[in-house]
Amino acid sequence: MAVDAQTAKLNRTADSGENTARKRLWLDVRRDKYLYLLILPGVLYFIMFKYIPMWGVIIAFQDYSPYMGMLHSQWVGLEHFVRFFSNPDFALLFRNTMMISLLNLIFFFPLPILLSLLLNEVAQRAFKRTIQSIVYLPHFLSWVIIAGITFLLLSQSSGIVNMLLEKAGFHPIDFLTNKNLFWVLLTLQNIWKETGWGTIIILAAITAVDPQLYEAAKIDGANRLRQTWHITLPAIRNVIIVLLILRLGSIMDVGFEQIFLMMNGAVTDVADVFETYVYRNGIQNGQFSYSTAVGLFKSVIGLVLVVLANRLAKKFGEEGVF
Amino acid sequence: MKESLGSRLFNTCNYGVLGIIGAITLFPLYYVFVVSFTDPHEFADKNGFILFPVHWSTSAYDYLFSTSAFLKATGVSTFLATVGTALSLMVTSAIAFGLSRKRLRGRRFILIGIVLTLLFNPGFIPPYLVVRELGLINSVWSLIVPVLTSGWYVILMKSFFDNIPVELEEAAMIDGSTDLGTFFRIVLPLSAPALAAFGLFYAVAYWNTFFTAVLYINDFAKVPLQIVLRNMLVDSSTSTGGATAVEMVSDQQIPTQTIKMAAVVISTLPILCVYPFLQKHFTKGVMLGSVKG
Repeated sequence: MAVDAQTAKLNRTADSGENTARKRLWLDVRRDKYLYLLILPGVLYFIMFKYIPMWGVIIAFQDYSPYMGMLHSQWVGLEHFVRFFSNPDFALLFRNTMMISLLNLIFFFPLPILLSLLLNEVAQRAFKRTIQSIVYLPHFLSWVIIAGITFLLLSQSSGIVNMLLEKAGFHPIDFLTNKNLFWVLLTLQNIWKETGWGTIIILAAITAVDPQLYEAAKIDGANRLRQTWHITLPAIRNVIIVLLILRLGSIMDVGFEQIFLMMNGAVTDVADVFETYVYRNGIQNGQFSYSTAVGLFKSVIGLVLVVLANRLAKKFGEEGVF
Repeated sequence: MKESLGSRLFNTCNYGVLGIIGAITLFPLYYVFVVSFTDPHEFADKNGFILFPVHWSTSAYDYLFSTSAFLKATGVSTFLATVGTALSLMVTSAIAFGLSRKRLRGRRFILIGIVLTLLFNPGFIPPYLVVRELGLINSVWSLIVPVLTSGWYVILMKSFFDNIPVELEEAAMIDGSTDLGTFFRIVLPLSAPALAAFGLFYAVAYWNTFFTAVLYINDFAKVPLQIVLRNMLVDSSTSTGGATAVEMVSDQQIPTQTIKMAAVVISTLPILCVYPFLQKHFTKGVMLGSVKG
């Protein structure tokens, strides 16, 4: 009896504890109702356009038909993945993505660092500001405009570059339809558009360097090149390493709009990447399930790489991104 | 202290190299500008080899402003860059403010949910199906609503709000201000630089809207400027993609090079105009992103 009464009492207090917790939650929510109202549109956005699509990737395992909807379409398991991996296109897409990314890594990645070092050595502030304003600008131009300018400059029949080549006695070059030049073209466009923008973060890291270090080096007789080599570069080493790791983490992401715009029949072999393939098969040909499977494959690899890269970046004493 | 010879030589080289980099960056833009103002006959005569036109002409601009397609598309892009930017700033700052209140129940849960959206990208077929289910295909809202805010900007803006001194808000609370009052009268005005930076990024993104329009808009009366530009600029005979590619220009003459470049100038102009005013803000915006993360 006594034991029973005790447990009953305990249950009651547990119950009432739960009740007060629930009550408090309810009171808190009511107190903050306007805050919830403020976050509501944003939360709805993330549910509607991020979480429902995340859940929507299940159509990669279905034979999705728009009439049946996600709930009633037939399940086919890994059929689409098997089809994609056994398709010769798969190796091609993978190669193109990797090559475009690697070219960017090798030729584009060091340039903002070099440009920052040069800018850092400029004593005249007006000159430095002017150059900065100029080199930041292309970042804001759309890829459509950049593609258009590229066509204007490099067109085989009327581009100014080919006009110059002809005047100098060379044959005109088919920059825009040449398979061998396509990756180079993409890299050059990227360099022109983004090098200046990339200097912002590196210049910021350079400003954090203690000026006393330079004073000391000067007294020791180090010239400007040696100061750059022995002070500036080591000081920004961590930032560079983190940027490099994060870049490696997004190696599956290539400039999709850029490729989409620069692509043409003559260069499809070297230009096709996962997104262009998804666009063609999914949006244009209506193979929703198959192209979702292709996209999902790319996203999963991307996810693994980003998480790994972020872990690594944290090891280098930086906060990382997440 | 007099500079050493080595140092002076270093300076000269450095200024020279930077000057060349500046020139390489500017030349394409200068060339586009010059071609757009060149008399079409002169352009044809000189075979495109023009560094400074003898005869200035605005005929390319006259032509563009007489075509309804170009004007309409400019109108669509202007709508996106104004209404879209305003909506995006409102939604982003509102959710960022809410999530910066530490006492808000469910705050961590929502924050983690937002970070996860940054890690996993479902590709563009599932969002396309959502937009289609919502009946937004061929609506100008399909260019705004699916990109209304972004996890990055929410988290960056939240960390900006986190750094506003609590004392200011407490003082307002004591004076009887509600959360909404604090948000509108204290936090937002104090965040003007951040709002300017994010506003610029949103506005540029909306003005440059291209791929969402390729996906969601098939009706030529509703395409934004970048689509019209693409149709004018990219050689339609070699281009592969885009259900919307060729049709638009088919009712017009094939645009001449000078007209193409005038179109580029017009679509670059708004960016060039706001650029100097916002330059100091956007570098701050980038810094916010890189330092805070």
